[in-house]
Amino acid sequence: MKSLRRFFMRLSNFAARRNADQRLREEIAEHLALQTEENLRAGMSPAEARRQAALKLGAGQAIRERHHAEQSLPLFENLLFDLRYAVRALLRSPGFAIVAIATMALGIGATTAIYSVIDATLLHPLSYPHPGELVRIHDDLPGVGAKDVGMSVPELRDLQNSGIFQYASLYGFGSVNLTGTAQPARIAFRPVTPAYFAVLGVAAQLGRTFNPYDSTPGFNLEVVISDGLWKRAFGADPHIIGKTLRLDNDEYHVVGVMPPGFRDQGQSNDERNTELWAASNFAGDPAPPPLRSSRLLLGVIGRIKPGLSLEAAQQHLDTLVASLKKQYPEEYPAQAAWSVRLIPLGESMVASIRPSLILLFGAVGLVLLISCVNVANLLLARAGRRGREIAVRQALGATRTRLIRQLLAESLLLFLLGGIAGFGVLFCTQQLLVQLIPANLPRIHDISISWGLLLFAVSISTAAGIIFGLAPAWLASRIDLTGTLRQEGRGSGGSRQSSRARRILAISELALSLVLMVAAGLLLRSFWDLFQVQLGFNPERVMAVQTWLPVPNDPKTDIYGTVAQESLLLREIIRRNRALPGVEEVAIGNMDSLPLGHGRDDFNMIPLIREGLESSGNRAPQIDSSTVTPEYFHLLGMTLLRGRLFTNEDVADTPLIAIVNEAAARAYWPGQEPVGKRIQMGSAKPAWATIAGVIANARTESLAEAGTPHVYLSAYQRHTNDLAIYLRGQLDPAAIPAQARSQIQSINAELPVFGAESLDDVLTSSLSVRRFSMELVATFAATALLLAGLGIYGTISYLVNEQTREIAIRLALGAQRGDILRMVLGQGLGMAAIGAGAGVAGALIVSHLMASLLYGVSPYDLTTFAGVTLVLTGVALAASYIPALRAMRLDPIKTLHSE
Amino acid sequence: MKEKPDVLQGTLALMVLKTLEVLGSQHGYGIARRIEQISGDLLAVNQGTLYPLLLKLEHEGSIDSEWGASENNRRARFYRLTVAGRKQLQAETREWEQTAAIIARFFKVKAEDLP
Repeated sequence: MKSLRRFFMRLSNFAARRNADQRLREEIAEHLALQTEENLRAGMSPAEARRQAALKLGAGQAIRERHHAEQSLPLFENLLFDLRYAVRALLRSPGFAIVAIATMALGIGATTAIYSVIDATLLHPLSYPHPGELVRIHDDLPGVGAKDVGMSVPELRDLQNSGIFQYASLYGFGSVNLTGTAQPARIAFRPVTPAYFAVLGVAAQLGRTFNPYDSTPGFNLEVVISDGLWKRAFGADPHIIGKTLRLDNDEYHVVGVMPPGFRDQGQSNDERNTELWAASNFAGDPAPPPLRSSRLLLGVIGRIKPGLSLEAAQQHLDTLVASLKKQYPEEYPAQAAWSVRLIPLGESMVASIRPSLILLFGAVGLVLLISCVNVANLLLARAGRRGREIAVRQALGATRTRLIRQLLAESLLLFLLGGIAGFGVLFCTQQLLVQLIPANLPRIHDISISWGLLLFAVSISTAAGIIFGLAPAWLASRIDLTGTLRQEGRGSGGSRQSSRARRILAISELALSLVLMVAAGLLLRSFWDLFQVQLGFNPERVMAVQTWLPVPNDPKTDIYGTVAQESLLLREIIRRNRALPGVEEVAIGNMDSLPLGHGRDDFNMIPLIREGLESSGNRAPQIDSSTVTPEYFHLLGMTLLRGRLFTNEDVADTPLIAIVNEAAARAYWPGQEPVGKRIQMGSAKPAWATIAGVIANARTESLAEAGTPHVYLSAYQRHTNDLAIYLRGQLDPAAIPAQARSQIQSINAELPVFGAESLDDVLTSSLSVRRFSMELVATFAATALLLAGLGIYGTISYLVNEQTREIAIRLALGAQRGDILRMVLGQGLGMAAIGAGAGVAGALIVSHLMASLLYGVSPYDLTTFAGVTLVLTGVALAASYIPALRAMRLDPIKTLHSE
Repeated sequence: MKEKPDVLQGTLALMVLKTLEVLGSQHGYGIARRIEQISGDLLAVNQGTLYPLLLKLEHEGSIDSEWGASENNRRARFYRLTVAGRKQLQAETREWEQTAAIIARFFKVKAEDLP
């Protein structure tokens, strides 16, 4: 308390520049006068009396200094003084200042930019209150190799009553048609159990979210809508609550509007853009009866009780699972090994992009390091030129620590100005930069340039300034006083140490940039390989548009309710679209058939029941499946290997058939012929389908995976609501969406037509995160190479300057100019060799760490390593060439005269 | 030759506070003189060191100062104890006495007293 008061008094004195010197002088004068009188009384001579008084008082100057130090804050005062001096010094050499500040602005600006992305995604993946309590609940059947198989309603009740969760909720994902507006629209929609918003902990801005009364069996006609939908479709009508919405031909009414910033959770961007939520208990019609064995293909999230750790919650859950298994041995067969996992919700949303972002942060960190090294190098060069000034200061009595502090203040100022400049550039260009980020990054909308980021930039600059300013300051202050002062001419005073330091700095720049270039090279090759990969299907000249067939709550009113009714529609869509200009072929499939287009979420894997092997969906492996019309395989150029494809004669009342791909054949009928085998798809006991053919693998799920098991069913035999209509031919991408829409809506004006894109674009955007990180790392590597080139140029020039005299003597003694050139180039090459050696060692570690991000190229790819080393050596040679030329053209007579 | 003991860090402040309590308002020379008299010239203090200390105590709020006239009618700065300073003095006096008592007890104990 006391010392705090003292600090504030001193601070206020410092701020107000209050000086107590005059007061002290008067006090001391009085003191001396009184003491002298006393001494006189004691019988001393006047002179002696004054002398003794002064002796007793002590050294006046020392007292004044201590008094002044007490009056104010000497540390601050000196800092201010140093900073003022540093500003003046930088203004005196603006060229140096601009180069150094620009370099730091680049390093710190880039680092801060990447950090802003990481901050919004990895560090704060969820914008819900108490995000640490939120978990996704996965249940797996490791015994049959099935993951995240979904949960049944009784299992959800077990979770809700377990005492582990505050709330737990099921959620699905799908589409509905919003009609009654100008143009029918497809809305991303989530059926949820009523606790869903309670789990997320978000309340409505208008009206309410769901409550337990919304969970009567069957359909609940209450919906909550997003702020975006409210504004778009209802003009932000303040009396929206209670109004009706026509969704899939049924009337619903709005009970709540979510707040503007609210975004749903989910694996894919589509899910996160959900705009409509309806409550359901998933138990009454049309859902299957709530049996323990009928797992719903839904996601589950929960909010753990406060204070319960994830580990403890998982332990409680394991106990619960064990007791349930004992209680219901029929539903949980031992060989399926049913287990339930808790995964932090944030983790599950960002897990897929984490490696890419960490790689980017690492890369940008290297760029920052290189820029710091570069500036340190500049500082050293400058200190060399200022050797004389420093020696004079030292001769006048400045202590070494005082000098270091002074030099440090200068470098700190430089780094801070650089950091602030970098942040400023970032702030001004943020709109532009955000557009470069791939749109499917989670939480992209929450990336912003905030005060927190400024703090980040400033602290990074300060830390860098101290670390990289200290070494040059330390070296510069370690000057040979008499030697420097005796030297004529200004500042050739670089010591042996500082030239070694500069060499080390340049070498480390080379090594660091080699690491970055190897990383960029490997990513580039992976990207190229992925781009060149054999797709197994042909995306060229193909466009897809989507539509959604409404699912009215009363099946009797569903005009596409039966497979036969839907087939009629599909055939009509195909017939009409084939008449469009340029269209050669038309096919239809469900959304899951769209190559690379659907987010690989939890809702498109279904159990595969093989006849004679599995008896129920509980024990079956999960497989990707899609429903397509017969033209699909030809339109996409997929090859039949054995058996036959679907035909137009495979319809509702002919035997059900299926086609599997080769990966499925290998995985599920190893060593056997799958054609002729019978399977059931899904857990709700559908009819048996006979496998009629095997097609070649295609990379329809992921470019990086050569073949994932896949089952195709015929769209004329199996009902589906989400349709992708494929058109192949000489298409006009601008006209097709409207043309296809008018064709489809001429059949039924209430069908929404949306999401038109060419398969080439789908392909490109599926690579967007890879492209983003590849391009960024490549840019960073180029920057690093440039900085390293500048670094080596500066260092060689400096070394040549140092050796001017030596070179001149050599020339005078008859050395060939070629020898001089070779000598200087040799120095550059030597540094490049050491840098490359160290860099290759570092690059091996880094490439090993980033192996998971590579595709089709070994992390130790010789071509990349060799190529990069070659480029680096070339740059080092080119950078040394200019100073080497200067050395070669030295006029020995002039030089030796001037020395 | 035996050197005069240095004033322990912090002890000088206590002496200043005690002096001001006894003498009331006093100028720097007066305080220095008083400390010298009481310690019987056993302490070696550069009287000048008193002034930074006085400023520190003032910053801490233990003492207060104002200009006044000295005995020979010249301008001098007079220091006096504040309420906070008085409290501080009491607290420190207690602490000091306690410490002294403990040390004294240690000196009293002889080898044969130990169990």
